[in-house]
Amino acid sequence: MTSPRDIIRLLLPVAVLAAGLLVWEALVRAYDIQPYVLPSPLLVLQTLISDWGVLSQSLGVTLLTTLEGFVAAAIGGIALALLFNQSKWLEYSLFPYAIILQVTPVIAIAPLLLIYLQQQTAVIVCAWIVAFFPVLSNTTLGLNSVDRNLAGLFQLYGASRLQTLLFLKLPGALPYILGGLRIAGGLSLIGAVVAEIAAGSAGAGSGLAFRIAESGYRLNIPRMFAALLLLSLAGIVIYGLLALISHLLLRRWHESALGKES
Amino acid sequence: MAQSVAPDTKAAAVRLRGVTKIYDTGVAALGPLDLDVNSGEFVSLLGPSGCGKSTALRLIAGLSAPSAGTVELSHRGAQRPGSHRIGFVFQEPTLMPWATVRDNVRLPFRLAHAPAADADTRIDDALDQVGLAEFAGAYPRELSGGMKMRVSLARALVTDPDILLMDEPFAALDEITRFRLNNDLLSLWRSLHKTVIFVTHSVFESVYLSQRVIVMTARPGRIGAEFRISAPEPRGEEFRTSAEYAAFCREVSNALAPSYAGQRGA
Repeated sequence: MTSPRDIIRLLLPVAVLAAGLLVWEALVRAYDIQPYVLPSPLLVLQTLISDWGVLSQSLGVTLLTTLEGFVAAAIGGIALALLFNQSKWLEYSLFPYAIILQVTPVIAIAPLLLIYLQQQTAVIVCAWIVAFFPVLSNTTLGLNSVDRNLAGLFQLYGASRLQTLLFLKLPGALPYILGGLRIAGGLSLIGAVVAEIAAGSAGAGSGLAFRIAESGYRLNIPRMFAALLLLSLAGIVIYGLLALISHLLLRRWHESALGKES
Repeated sequence: MAQSVAPDTKAAAVRLRGVTKIYDTGVAALGPLDLDVNSGEFVSLLGPSGCGKSTALRLIAGLSAPSAGTVELSHRGAQRPGSHRIGFVFQEPTLMPWATVRDNVRLPFRLAHAPAADADTRIDDALDQVGLAEFAGAYPRELSGGMKMRVSLARALVTDPDILLMDEPFAALDEITRFRLNNDLLSLWRSLHKTVIFVTHSVFESVYLSQRVIVMTARPGRIGAEFRISAPEPRGEEFRTSAEYAAFCREVSNALAPSYAGQRGA
């Protein structure tokens, strides 16, 4: 399983990261660059530890917003796709607006939402707007990709609409839905961050993006980097978790989860 | 040119009268077609691609409605729960990739309105009949093409249908596997007394399997010729190499030739 080639493949990006950090650290020291211009990686790490109280609280806020936006996007996207699948007229009436919501940059919508909605609600709505479309379009694609002969077989055995949906369309669409959710996970984090920055308010319940903006005003550059690092890690973990769930659900039967063995 | 075949006195399991199919695009795919298939008979529909033979099968199955004419299936007495009059085998195995072999064969029961109490036994029997009892827990992707086709056959048989409709079921398989499945199908037909309507574009396969071969014309498909393959039963591999078999094949091929006449590259 783990051939030398695989090990090298894993080690290469790690080596690149280590080299990059070393060069960065060395440059900062050699040219005596001030922390408010460019903090060294070690200083960023120290800041991450020393400011952990503030940063972890902000991380929690952002993650909660992301999760709420993601769940709303997942439920909303799948539910809309199911509705569209049951009624073509509904799809014709509403799909253009889903596209309009998707193509209008969320950073331009966010200030408007903040006028009409409470901040916490607005942030979640932002995350939802960015994240629901891939779920909607992927689920729609999956539901429409049903094997024609299998559909004929269901018809032959007198399957009801509900049976066709539950036993044929939804399982068949699962790989597409999971693909959409994987994209939506990262996007809902982006949506949350965009909304936080647009909101820009102080006080309790401030997320990581707000910390970045705030640290920027105060020229606390090391903390900006530390918060950015946390955001990036959160994104990676979200993607990894969703990929794992997808793999666990599909590994028995779907081509995408088979790997190189067959 | 159609050679008349004396009508059997036995009850017709399937009766088509003046059936035509014209698609929304205006293409006339089939007919007018008159066809009687007797109960327990093995009939092949043979013809070039696009001649409407698959369309005919879908009309008989009720998957599509005729543009004109009538499709009648004989009624048998009270059906036990979970029974279904028609079993259908497609050209592709058409299995649900997310379900095990056993769950794929269970599908007709799962969709049935009256649950069958003996479903599990019948699934076991059907898997036994196609020789896949050991693979009940496998997923389709773990099976070879021939084995997938066997699952498809088991699913069609599990409801104990009167009529088995098969749409070029072995066309995508290699020759050895196809021959083996031909023989297994024949022995199942002999033991289960099903009416089989078998669509194929292979002269050899149709002659080997059928009691009657119906040669269809190019689109819109009509009956061009009929042959009764009066070879003794049960047939086995030795029939494939017999002079009798070769003679039947030549006769059927000659009747099929005009269907290809208008096609370029044929």
